Amino acid sequence: MNKDSFLYKAFDLYYDGFRSMRLGKTLWAIILIKLFIIFAILKVFFFPNFLKEHAQGDESGYVATELVERAH
Amino acid sequence: MFNNLLLDIDAGTIDWSRAQFALTAIYHWLFVPLTLGLAVIMGIVETIYYRTKEQFWKDAAVFWQKLFGINFAMGVATGIILEFEFGTNWSNYSWFVGDIFGAPLAVEGIVAFFMESTFVAVMYFGWKKVSPGFHLASTWLTGLGATISAWWILVANAWMQYPVGCAFNPDTMRNEMVSFAEVALSPFAVGKFCHTVTSSWIIGAVFCVGVCSWYMLKRREPRLSIESMKIGAAVGLVASLLAAATGHKSAQDVAAVQPMKLAAMEALYDGGNGVGLKVVEGIEVPNALSFMATNDFEGYVPGINNILNGYTTPDGKVEPSVEEKIERGKQAIAALAAYRKAKQEGAEDSTLNQQLSILNENMPYFGYGYIRDKAEVVPPIAVNFWAFRVMVGLGGLFILFFAVVLAGAYGWPKALWRDRTITGLPKWHYWIAIALIPLAYIASESGWLVAEFGRQPWTIQDMLPTWAAVSDLQSSSVMITFFLFLILFTTMLAVEINIMLKQIKKGPQL
Repeated sequence: MNKDSFLYKAFDLYYDGFRSMRLGKTLWAIILIKLFIIFAILKVFFFPNFLKEHAQGDESGYVATELVERAH
Repeated sequence: MFNNLLLDIDAGTIDWSRAQFALTAIYHWLFVPLTLGLAVIMGIVETIYYRTKEQFWKDAAVFWQKLFGINFAMGVATGIILEFEFGTNWSNYSWFVGDIFGAPLAVEGIVAFFMESTFVAVMYFGWKKVSPGFHLASTWLTGLGATISAWWILVANAWMQYPVGCAFNPDTMRNEMVSFAEVALSPFAVGKFCHTVTSSWIIGAVFCVGVCSWYMLKRREPRLSIESMKIGAAVGLVASLLAAATGHKSAQDVAAVQPMKLAAMEALYDGGNGVGLKVVEGIEVPNALSFMATNDFEGYVPGINNILNGYTTPDGKVEPSVEEKIERGKQAIAALAAYRKAKQEGAEDSTLNQQLSILNENMPYFGYGYIRDKAEVVPPIAVNFWAFRVMVGLGGLFILFFAVVLAGAYGWPKALWRDRTITGLPKWHYWIAIALIPLAYIASESGWLVAEFGRQPWTIQDMLPTWAAVSDLQSSSVMITFFLFLILFTTMLAVEINIMLKQIKKGPQL
């Protein structure tokens, strides 16, 4: 690859940057653990798409029923 | 606050869902303002390095960018949890507003976050890879990216307070955007953005001055502490004054479109002309509330009872009573039900249009159709009243604080500083500055308490109260995730504070 090309320089920036990290390694570890907890545990097990699960494909009908019934 | 006993849904679901959203939003807001505020500090420090080419300023910039990075890393993705809650706990709300809410949040994710994450990489990795000018631009663009993120989130929140640029579609049951410009540039959104961002700069400035004070307390890093303190105090003073001015504008916006919120903030039961601003009950600044709300010392400000019972504004506009609004809201909901039933049964257009006409005419009061007792439209007064006072009181204190610190950092007035410098004061001076760090956060969070508690019971002002917006979930499931978040966020906060303190103690590599 041509070392003067933009793509190489961009790659080198990130490669060299990540390799030289010290505090950054700790912060990245925290970020990745946090993202795992949020997306792989909380989202999957605790935060389903409520309407997708309950509306059986008719979200507008479901919400209409909910909003009309709750006024009674 | 604790009502809705006539619903079939688990009544605890509403309050646990509200509590969970409040908890996660409060935690999210611990990280965001420091990002916005430190972005300004680190940008200024690096700009000085760019102009002077002095190694000291580069090392100072690296130091503040390190602290920025710690907070940025901890804050990343804390906002996503709020979006999870929309989809699970507030599904009726999410569907009802999806077209309006989705657009700003999508733009925020695509444009602003990618901008931040691209340029933050150049900021950290690019000192030896890019030109000083490009590196400086990247530092400022990182902060700008974060600020643009704030814009779009605040556009979404502003829409909840003052829904504009939309039309309700009874076939899809969604509010559909009719004007992106009206939503994105809503005067309420502009005012909210300016006030929120300038208050975040205060947090960055207090943090900067507090860290510098700690170094002065320990008699360490004399040059870094005094030079950074000058920058922090200058940013803080400008930010505090701007926050006061933008807060005044925000109060006028609230007076115009959320008069009940303003009345609750002031515990104003019976309004009138020339209304005073309470400092606390019994102590009042004459005519100040009228001025704050209307820019006229004799301006009319409605109280809680006026809003409940209906009133006429000085320019002749009649505000209906809550009971009239409830009646119109019921008509809107009934027309919605009749329209949908008629459509399902294949009724003629004339029948459909008749119901549509009733719905559209009464749509501004749709949410009132869910109100059973007019007292339900009164937000929690004590929370609003005291949160407002905490925010404004501390805001005033910060103006004084930064003015004093800035003067001291420059050794002004000379007569006072003849025999001493700001780095050699008795220790209690520095402890005060350090103690102001948590108080700045308390002021900032208090502002959000006013904004969001003052909006109650509405998830969208006048259109959808909380008990219509919430999902029909078991309260136990919401309670479980509430405590999960409490543990997760408290752990993250403790980790951030631990890492931050370690790096501050380690100091800059000068």
